[in-house]
Amino acid sequence: MQTKRMTFSNSWLPYALLAPQVIVTLIFFIWPASQALYQSFLRQDIFGLRTTFVWFDNFNRLFADPLYLNSLTVTFWFSVGTTVLSMSVALLFAVMVNRMIRSRDSYTTFLVWPYAVAPAIAGVLWWFIFNPSIGIMPYMLKGFGYDWNHRSSSTDAMILVIIAAAWKQISYNFLFFLAGLQSIPQSLIEAAAIDGASRFKRFWTIIFPLLSPITFFLMVVNIVYAMFDTFGVIHATTEGGPAQATNILVYKVYRDGFVNLNLGSSAAQSVILMGIVIVLTVIQFRYIERRVNY
Amino acid sequence: MASITMDNLGKVYTGNVRAVSDVNIDIADGEMIVLVGPSGCGKSTLLRMVAGLETITEGTLKIGDRVVNQLEPADRDIAMVFQNYALYPHMTVFNNLAYGLKNRGFKKDEIDRRVREAAAMLEIGQFLDRKPRQLSGGQRQRVAMGRALVREPAAFLFDEPLSNLDAKLRVQMRVEIRQLQKRLATTSLYVTHDQLEALTMADRLVVLNGGRIEQIGTPMEVYLRPATTFVAGFIGSPAMNMLPAAYLSGLVAADAFAHIPVAADLVGLRPEDLSLAPAGEGEISLTGQLMLLEPAGAESHLHLTFEGIKDTIIARLPHVPDVQEGSHLTFSIRRDKLHPFDCNTGKRVA
Ligand SMILES: Nc1ncnc2c1ncn2[C@@H]1O[C@H](COP(=O)(O)OP(=O)(O)O)[C@@H](O)[C@H]1O
Ligand SMILES: [Mg+2]
Repeated sequence: MQTKRMTFSNSWLPYALLAPQVIVTLIFFIWPASQALYQSFLRQDIFGLRTTFVWFDNFNRLFADPLYLNSLTVTFWFSVGTTVLSMSVALLFAVMVNRMIRSRDSYTTFLVWPYAVAPAIAGVLWWFIFNPSIGIMPYMLKGFGYDWNHRSSSTDAMILVIIAAAWKQISYNFLFFLAGLQSIPQSLIEAAAIDGASRFKRFWTIIFPLLSPITFFLMVVNIVYAMFDTFGVIHATTEGGPAQATNILVYKVYRDGFVNLNLGSSAAQSVILMGIVIVLTVIQFRYIERRVNY
Repeated sequence: MASITMDNLGKVYTGNVRAVSDVNIDIADGEMIVLVGPSGCGKSTLLRMVAGLETITEGTLKIGDRVVNQLEPADRDIAMVFQNYALYPHMTVFNNLAYGLKNRGFKKDEIDRRVREAAAMLEIGQFLDRKPRQLSGGQRQRVAMGRALVREPAAFLFDEPLSNLDAKLRVQMRVEIRQLQKRLATTSLYVTHDQLEALTMADRLVVLNGGRIEQIGTPMEVYLRPATTFVAGFIGSPAMNMLPAAYLSGLVAADAFAHIPVAADLVGLRPEDLSLAPAGEGEISLTGQLMLLEPAGAESHLHLTFEGIKDTIIARLPHVPDVQEGSHLTFSIRRDKLHPFDCNTGKRVA
């Protein structure tokens, strides 16, 4: 790759230009991250009077804690569910909108709106829709003979948070899929049609493989979103319940740290989360560099 | 193998855009027809109507004895080579060739045999495991051809398949496609905007303008007797010179024009029909000033002005003459080389 080389007459100018970014990163990322790292090696007594350095004990305890292991499993299913749901619905919409000619732009605009809604608001919206006593969905489901109650059923609760979290992400995925579909030359589809491939076959043997770089990129983005950006959704709908059924990792960090005031454990959990983000980001960058190679 | 019959074909796109009107062409079994015309004249539209990629809004289309207006592209038994080749970028060359056969449920060893046979014919055997992006433009072009060949279809359709190649490769592929087509004797419809490609490749060529057929004929018929001023100007390079008939008749004895009908008010003259030899019996003699001499190796193009004619007249000589720009030269023209047209209708009058 070719890089442009700039020469500055003033030797401090490049540093000055970089400074705002560096300062922001230091204050809002490096400093809190190092604090969390430091805290994760400490343990406070219940009144916050004494602090001891305990090395990796917080981590050891976490991996022995059934609640934490449960939270890992819950997070796994929640991320998979959210990613699969939001991506498949988005792909379906993108394929349908891509077929339109005149109304394509207006549909695109409508489909992007949910992305502008804050997660907490989306959570409240879904809280109302699925509210067991006043919501419209439980009422309709009852018509089909299903007794919806996400306050007592772990499955219902999980479905609720997945829908609430996926809903907003559909917009984002939709835009990427639509752009991807539009970048596939029409002649490829036509060649496949002449080659005797049905609509269905054309999708799965030509279009979908050509979308695979985008699909992979979105998969990572959606997993990261589901794991780290859904605090508001959980907080507004189930608050991790019932019985820890929707207590995903980020939510547990908050609960253990700010509600149960177990700062050491909470810090250790956030360090683990940080590790996961780093791994996901590395995978993504690695892949994006090679993504032109089908 | 099959004939293709177009009966009053027409196409109106949504939004009332008319692209093709009243097209009647009978393509014989094994014949190569070239559709030629300027950009936007409806060549691709017509080809895509035959392929089934555009709906036919008027007329009937037959491939063999079947009316295929309503058939899907896959059911028309045709293969198409696209301008951008449209190779599947995520598949190897082998799979690109095999895709159409797999979809049609061919047996594995039959697919293998056909792909290898086509690959050998096109000399792409050593690339079968590569992806399209690992091939040069010319090799991709061959793969696109191969994809059409393996299917052994009733007809080949080509949409400007050579326009993405450099000039040298274009000439080479032109020859190869034509040889292959003759050897396989597969009915072909070939679209190009390049008049030279049309002249060299066609059994018969169809000149299109504004969605209508201007002329159908063998290359020499079209070249020697263009039916309209449009064809006269489009086929042949440099283009045919057009002179007002009044100018010529004022210049030479009236009997020189005895064979030209009165209706003709425009006379066409191919650049190569101007000769520097002294005028002989029954020939017209014209003197003009040489503005520019373009030597082109084996031949030369002379840009001339004649008093009383505002357009530059181009003469083409089979050698490079030893003359000075600015000098006056006298040319002779055989009377039977004049192409008379009616400038109102644009039609040839004799
Ligand atoms: N999908 C379409 N919708 C409307 N008009 C079209 C469409 N495709 C082509 N046209 C019009 O039809 C005419 C012929 O186009 P085309 O067949 O592509 O010409 P060519 O291949 O000879 O350059 C053009 O005027 C073009 O603008
Ligand atoms: Mg075209």
